[in-house]
Amino acid sequence: MGLSGIEIFKKLPKTNCGKCGVPTCLAFAMKLAAGQAELDACPDLSDDVKEELGEASAPPVRTVVIGTGDRAVKLGGETVLFRHEKRFESPPAFTLLLSDNMDEAEITVRLKKFNNTVYERVGVVLRPELVAIKAVSGDASKFGALVEKVCSATDAGLILMNEDADALSQAARSCSNRKPLLYAADKDNFESMGNLAKELSCPLAVKGSNLEELSEVSEKLMAMGLKDLVLDSGARSARQAFEDQIIIRRSALLKKFKPFGFPTIVFPCEMADNLMKETMIACNMTAKYGGVIVMSEIEGYSVFPLLLASMNIFTDPQRPMAVDQKIYEIGAADESSPVLITGNFSLTYFIVSGEVDASRVPSYLLIKDTEGLSVLTAWAAGKFAADTIATFVKKSGIEEKVKHRKLIIPGYLATISGELEEELPDWKILIGPREASHLPAYLKQWSM
Amino acid sequence: MTFEAPKVSYSGKIREIPLGREGNTVTVGGESCYPFHLFEGEMPYPPKIAMEVYDSEPEDWPDTALEPFADVIKDPAAWARKCVDTYGAEMIALQLASTDPNDKDISADEAAGITKAVSDVVDVPMIVLGCGNVDKDTDVLKAVCEVCEGRDLIIGPVAEGNYRAIGATAIGYKHTVLASTPIDINLAKQLNILLGNLNVPDEKIIIDPSTGALGYGLEYCYSVMERIRMAALIQEDERLQFPIISNLAREVWKTKEVKVPESEAPLLGDVKKRGILMEALTAQCVLLAGADILVMRHPEAISLVKESIKDLMTGK
Ligand code: B12
Ligand code: SF4
Repeated sequence: MGLSGIEIFKKLPKTNCGKCGVPTCLAFAMKLAAGQAELDACPDLSDDVKEELGEASAPPVRTVVIGTGDRAVKLGGETVLFRHEKRFESPPAFTLLLSDNMDEAEITVRLKKFNNTVYERVGVVLRPELVAIKAVSGDASKFGALVEKVCSATDAGLILMNEDADALSQAARSCSNRKPLLYAADKDNFESMGNLAKELSCPLAVKGSNLEELSEVSEKLMAMGLKDLVLDSGARSARQAFEDQIIIRRSALLKKFKPFGFPTIVFPCEMADNLMKETMIACNMTAKYGGVIVMSEIEGYSVFPLLLASMNIFTDPQRPMAVDQKIYEIGAADESSPVLITGNFSLTYFIVSGEVDASRVPSYLLIKDTEGLSVLTAWAAGKFAADTIATFVKKSGIEEKVKHRKLIIPGYLATISGELEEELPDWKILIGPREASHLPAYLKQWSM
Repeated sequence: MTFEAPKVSYSGKIREIPLGREGNTVTVGGESCYPFHLFEGEMPYPPKIAMEVYDSEPEDWPDTALEPFADVIKDPAAWARKCVDTYGAEMIALQLASTDPNDKDISADEAAGITKAVSDVVDVPMIVLGCGNVDKDTDVLKAVCEVCEGRDLIIGPVAEGNYRAIGATAIGYKHTVLASTPIDINLAKQLNILLGNLNVPDEKIIIDPSTGALGYGLEYCYSVMERIRMAALIQEDERLQFPIISNLAREVWKTKEVKVPESEAPLLGDVKKRGILMEALTAQCVLLAGADILVMRHPEAISLVKESIKDLMTGK
């Protein structure tokens, strides 16, 4: 946000009508300045003011979208340098690179793997997002054919990489409705590339051989009226890429340097000669500001850890994800099914319910509100103590659902079992395994 | 608009701390910039990796982690030798996991004996870690301090509940302490103040702000480390200007995803490479957040991380 609260206030209607949800225009201006409100909440702004303030209140790193529909990928929109300040907005898009000189069968295999690689974790879908198609053969028809093949094989967003402007233009026209990222405008071809991207309203990658050159080309494209750019600093070593990412993000945030106010694209695939090392570099780029991260291969053993890293870095630092406090029935549970208890941190819930499910022993899982804290954290914070667990168990209604009185508690809470038996005299407390992964074996031994 | 790289000016610096016995020391710390921000400051001592050794045969490791140590798994001293001789370990981290009262509950004397046996066969700096039970660690680490007098160990976790007893003993026998706190910058600072008041010398303190594994709470630890580094370098908070350790391997290798075979979860891919990358990526994240010492397990994860450190330090 470029403007201060007072500067914004000057442009508001000053009627203090309250329709925006806060009592005064000044209060609304302050919220806007802090990035805590949306301009649209005030219904009485003129279009001119809207545009002016919209520009000024836009995040310093522009939001750029690649692809369409439910596979559209949002990049950028970032407002901070460190995740503890405020949630990072757009996790990186891990991207599969395909070249037009690759073996057909190989391409089919890789695309299939790309499509199948979808994970669900704590209720969130994680997957590699984009396919980059690179011209290597020098044959425009081969490139076009590959683009066509990819288009029919996946709905994912695309990146078209071709130095031959005509070939790129042809291919881009064939799939412009899918809003591919065109790669790349450089100091020599920026005009024709810029015009093509404008005409097709596709996002455009900008490539410089260093930051200096990148800023010049980016500025020229902005002057041509292009808005949706993605930056490639040209770095092809781990160290240089790291440095460039930091300087680009800092320039946008701290200096409001517009030519760098865009998401980036990085190429670990060109920085290493094996996927293990490539994954390490991609991890650096995940933590430090990479937007599109292009990989030579999508393999579960590499992309899954990367997606976890991305998920960790991009979660909200203020609010742990939590699930509701209640009895969860897993499988066709009946009056003799086991009863387990844990906290409502979503990670804990999903891990434990996943294991119970995998055991194929129908069970009741009691989820106690621990304010989104994990088992041990909740216990240490006094949110998972024997007395509060007891109250919850009694009120939960579980006593009507089962005829036995055995409660399985997490292994890490072994120390509270005595106390809990005192608080719940009708119940027998069983200490479960420490790690949820041992639950299937444990539950298979269950007998009422 | 002409481009000019915005640089941060750092007013603080992390303490340089030599570890280990004279003649064989390894120095950590000394940074005058955020991790690997070498375009605006210095990292005179690249981060170091301590290889884990356990006091008795581990029971719940996946095969992929056991394999490299299969021949030495029952003998901590041989294990430590292998780490140094075969894998070139820069430091050893002896995990006294069997002292846990909820586990094998071996005695303080027995643990001290094992520690001595290991310390006798390797020269590299040695970290000795208790099980995390405040009372048991007090007994165990005191005994360890005593039998390893002159070895300049790095001992921990030294926590709010036992820092007095362990701290005093460590001073007496000239060992370095790992000041451990549960993911909270204020608690980390507070413990360092308390250790200072106890007269533990500043060059004998390393901070351990706790670690979670990738996908299991790592984000909190990452942010706390970043914040500790910011406070130390920008706000000149001198009670936070200490090197940071991350005891990560034991967190990573107990997660489900390093264990489940590819046959059961085809989308997760090769189980060995996956485990290695789960460990290496956890390490990479904490390195970027500010860790100076990593406690790691798998030799291949270690070489990936070493290579990555080298690339970030010297590559262009
Ligand atoms: C991330 C974290 C935090 C985060 C909170 C994250 C969250 N949403 O819970 C923050 C930074 C906020 C935090 C704060 C604190 N933390 Co904390 N935290 C951790 C950390 C690193 C990881 C926790 C985690 O996410 N685990 C992953 C989840 C999935 O694990 P889980 O819920 O235990 O579930 C597993 C098992 O218990 C089992 N399981 C779960 N349910 C069930 C049920 C049954 C029936 C069975 C059989 C098994 C089972 O399956 C799961 C997977 O195997 C741990 C250290 C560690 N390495 O574990 C410390 C840790 C839990 N924290 C600790 C402490 C002391 C605290 C604080 C009190 C410190 C403080 N700063 O004041 C505060 C308390 C919070 C408060 N006052 O609000 C201590 C607890 C010590 C103890 N033994 O009591 C730990 C162990 C760190 C340490 N070594 O000192 N913490
Ligand atoms: S809705 Fe608009 S005019 Fe009304 S108080 Fe809010 S900012 Fe002011």
